[in-house]
Amino acid sequence: MNKPFRRRDLLGIRSLSAEEIVGILNTAENFREINAREIKKVPTLRGKTVINLFFENSTRTRTSFELAAKRLSADAVNISVSSSSVAKGETLVDTALNLDAMQPDCIVVRHSSAGVPHQLAQVSRAAIVNAGDGANEHPTQALLDAMTIREHKGKIEGLEVAIVGDILHSRVARSNIHLLTKLGARVRVAGPKTLVPADFSHFVDNGLEVCPHIEDAIDGADVVMILRIQKERMDSAFFPTLREYSIHYGLTNERLELARPDAIVLHPGPMNRGIEISSDVADSSRSLILDQVKYGVAVRMAVLYLATGGAAVGE
Amino acid sequence: MADEYGLVEKSKIMDPARMKRALSRLASEIVEENHGAEDLYIVGIRRRGVPLAERIADKIEQLEGQKPLYGIIDITLYRDDLSTVGANPVVNRTELHDDIESKKIILVDDVLYTGRTIRAALDQLMDFGRPNRVQLAVLIDRGKEHRELPIQADYIGKTVPTKRTEIIKVMLKEYDPEEAVWIYEKPTD
Repeated sequence: MNKPFRRRDLLGIRSLSAEEIVGILNTAENFREINAREIKKVPTLRGKTVINLFFENSTRTRTSFELAAKRLSADAVNISVSSSSVAKGETLVDTALNLDAMQPDCIVVRHSSAGVPHQLAQVSRAAIVNAGDGANEHPTQALLDAMTIREHKGKIEGLEVAIVGDILHSRVARSNIHLLTKLGARVRVAGPKTLVPADFSHFVDNGLEVCPHIEDAIDGADVVMILRIQKERMDSAFFPTLREYSIHYGLTNERLELARPDAIVLHPGPMNRGIEISSDVADSSRSLILDQVKYGVAVRMAVLYLATGGAAVGE
Repeated sequence: MADEYGLVEKSKIMDPARMKRALSRLASEIVEENHGAEDLYIVGIRRRGVPLAERIADKIEQLEGQKPLYGIIDITLYRDDLSTVGANPVVNRTELHDDIESKKIILVDDVLYTGRTIRAALDQLMDFGRPNRVQLAVLIDRGKEHRELPIQADYIGKTVPTKRTEIIKVMLKEYDPEEAVWIYEKPTD
């Protein structure tokens, strides 16, 4: 479908070039200042409509997109699955076509199945922004993680990044691996064998290594990214107990000692304290979890601005 | 001779020496009108208003021995043509680190033409607080007949009556190979 002039989808990081990623990040940097103002609102997207279509629960991401839209003066409408007509038997595409008929400028979509945003992008006139699709991608999370890393490390190229946890089911890990390797970081992943496929290093062309133990991944790392362990996975026998997971893969101060002295810790939230991350690490000055959330609003403002017709820095 | 945009160079209306003299005069007029540098806040409008504002602030410091506050405004988010076809501007950063409350703001831009940029800058300023007074200083005023809004400059480097087909290019060493102000003309074919 032909989108109106310069309307652009953000479906994932995989399809972006390094230059496009840097353009989004630089644009987001310039939106940060607005969130520190007393009046946190600019008239830029006045008259534009953003629909947050969430087929999966989310507090942080949905609120972040909603605030981003509102701070740009767009009208934001939230639709969650429990109140939608999907429950009445409507197909996904019909739902999208109906929303599209109300002429929104952008639809932000989250769904438990991979590829849903791509499918909607085929049928809608509105720009589609992926807010997480199954185990595929969560591009705005990777962008805000990159922004946090750049803020504290000044760059991404040449950094050693450890990603620990449920790589198999994680869209956060996938988007981050694409982004970080495209920008020249070296990524090491670790987790239980059931959750980290042994041949996963082929996921990207280069820059990715699979480590057998968390210690190997963290050793000498500049950035340690901890993924949320989804308790529901335990029932499917991916790992025996939370306690066992915590003993072998939980990030503790002792394990963090292996990383570089100035290493930073990221977690996409919501975190399970005492399971994948100990409370003393989560509350330490090296943990930038709340910075990630803060930068998330600026990243989403930039994404909405670019999706509805703005140009990125350097474009 | 036509440049890469097909514009034809017509005449040079300012060289570096004239530009310097014009900015010195603007600085002394600002100081005179405001009885000194007290409470002055010089705000440059991106992009070419920024180095001009910096130079005016330096000249005020030379005159008064006190450097006025200095900031930068990017008006992209406040433009009124964002939804028109062809407009896809890049957002740069606004840097107003000091409180503008009760200050005397001097907005600085290179060229005053339709007045729409100044409208956007004023709207943005008001989102930051309530200044005591806002004045406008420009290097070149293209003349009142082009104005699309009731906006005039308080301090003018040079008034240059122009036609709509003409373009004023203010070139500054921070961004351009030379320091000069040129009039170009779009060729009519």
